[in-house]
Amino acid sequence: MAIGLIMSAMNIGGHHEVAGAAHGAGQGASAHGSEHAPIWLRRLFASLWQSNVFFLGISAVGTVFVAIHTVAYAGWSIMVRRIAEAFSAWILPGGVILLLVFFASGHNLFHWRTEGIMEPGSANYDAIIAGKAGFLNIGFYVGRMVAFIAIWWFFSKRLRDLSLQEDQLGGTGFWDKSINVSAMFLVLYAVTSSISAWDWVMSIDTHWFSTMFGWYVFASWWVSGIAGILLTAIYLKQAGYLRFLNANHLHDLGKLMFGFSIFWTYVWFSQFMLIWYANLPEEAVYFNQRLGGFDGKYTWLFFFNLIINFAFPFLVLMTRDAKRQIIMLKIVATAVLIGHWLDFYMMIMPGTLQGDSGFIIEIGTGLVFLGGFLLLMTKRLSQASLVPVNHPFVEESVHHTT
Amino acid sequence: MTKRYALGIFEDEDVLLHAIENVRAAGVKIYDVFSPYPVHGIDDALGIERSRLPIAAFFYGLCGLSFALWMQIYMLGFDWPMIIGGKPHISLPSFIPVAFELTVLFCCHGMVITFYTISGLYPRMKVPVMDVRSTDDKFVMAIELKEGTDMGNLTQLLRSNGASEVNEKEMTKE
Repeated sequence: MAIGLIMSAMNIGGHHEVAGAAHGAGQGASAHGSEHAPIWLRRLFASLWQSNVFFLGISAVGTVFVAIHTVAYAGWSIMVRRIAEAFSAWILPGGVILLLVFFASGHNLFHWRTEGIMEPGSANYDAIIAGKAGFLNIGFYVGRMVAFIAIWWFFSKRLRDLSLQEDQLGGTGFWDKSINVSAMFLVLYAVTSSISAWDWVMSIDTHWFSTMFGWYVFASWWVSGIAGILLTAIYLKQAGYLRFLNANHLHDLGKLMFGFSIFWTYVWFSQFMLIWYANLPEEAVYFNQRLGGFDGKYTWLFFFNLIINFAFPFLVLMTRDAKRQIIMLKIVATAVLIGHWLDFYMMIMPGTLQGDSGFIIEIGTGLVFLGGFLLLMTKRLSQASLVPVNHPFVEESVHHTT
Repeated sequence: MTKRYALGIFEDEDVLLHAIENVRAAGVKIYDVFSPYPVHGIDDALGIERSRLPIAAFFYGLCGLSFALWMQIYMLGFDWPMIIGGKPHISLPSFIPVAFELTVLFCCHGMVITFYTISGLYPRMKVPVMDVRSTDDKFVMAIELKEGTDMGNLTQLLRSNGASEVNEKEMTKE
């Protein structure tokens, strides 16, 4: 665990420098932008937002994972439960950063925050955006943001506390309670994850809307979260912890990653095909920008997104043997994490930066967030037993076979 | 053709699993084991190889996919081109749903047909039952009795591994 901490600390240190250097380079390149902030600053805001939304989502997915497996009375996953619990360590800091970036970025991130955009008679007036004023106004928006983070944080803490008390005292009472807590959390999460996707990602393209978007963002978070849990489990296993974790547990996690990669593709395609087929200008503009807009800047990414997030996991993890081999799972889980980070890049960058986005600042910021996430996650992981020893299903998990 | 079997009746699945291992370790070939419900780990204990059905399924799926794409491209692109929604005659995104469905259809039917064929199953087939209690609460291990097999030794082996009774049965197969 100490190695993990040192490694992630080194991560942060090393990549701060990378990001710092990148900012320097960006500063030199900033040329225009009288109305907006300089390009490097807009890029920084956009990349902070992108990486933060990505890691915050993964963080919440840890608790969703625990909650789903609790209400389903699932026994096999007890072996990785503590990893999923530890993921939620990032919810609170991530939420604070989200708020800070939201206030600091002004209208650089969200077009609907432009001065006077909702006031008739103003030079910036936009009737369509003004029509969304009831939902997209700062008070309600920030209120929702705080409420969502608070809900996710509260239920993560509650589930974690119940599990820790169970470690100390034993008995099935804590587990019984955590079923109720999980069920409540899942209902709330279903609503909050969907609305947070509209708020944090879809409202960037303020004119545009898609009814599939909540699911789309959730699918991306969820499959990344599973890949994260899988990678952490493999890392711990190879470092000599989690002795009872065997190929059967990894097989099941691999199945989940395989299945939800397909699920993500299904949602992605459902959104794409309806918009493509109906070809309504106000909807199609979203894919116009991404497929050929800005001199084809995002075209390669558009197709690469599908290859790395669908074709690659689908073809590689199809056989049973691949899902039971650590090296295959490692490669695919890493690819899925990078792929879905790029997926969020695709959702956020064209709307905020148009053609000005790059990769150096963005990757640097992503790595800083990765370092921060790993730091808090490994710290929380080291605070309790890696296996909830008094969980009623722990025996079942040890003897799990697929 | 008539064959004779020694039937070891077991009451408990754990006892059965250990018995399978010990009987195989003693060099006796087990014909089959009948249980009222699927027992975890019994495939490994019996040394049954994994089915290669998934590989066949992959190729059935590939066939379905190719067929669906060929069908749509040929029909809508060459045989009877129609303009639908102002899209090109051959527009891949609109072919995906049908391609997906036909992949699944070919895959499922191919798998079911292959499974029935290789398992020798067919409708209204008469299944010989070794011991009717294996459909209720008992586990039955069947060992084929070849000529010269010592029934006494076998009984001893099964008994010592937890069989509650050992019977002998003749089965006639067409």
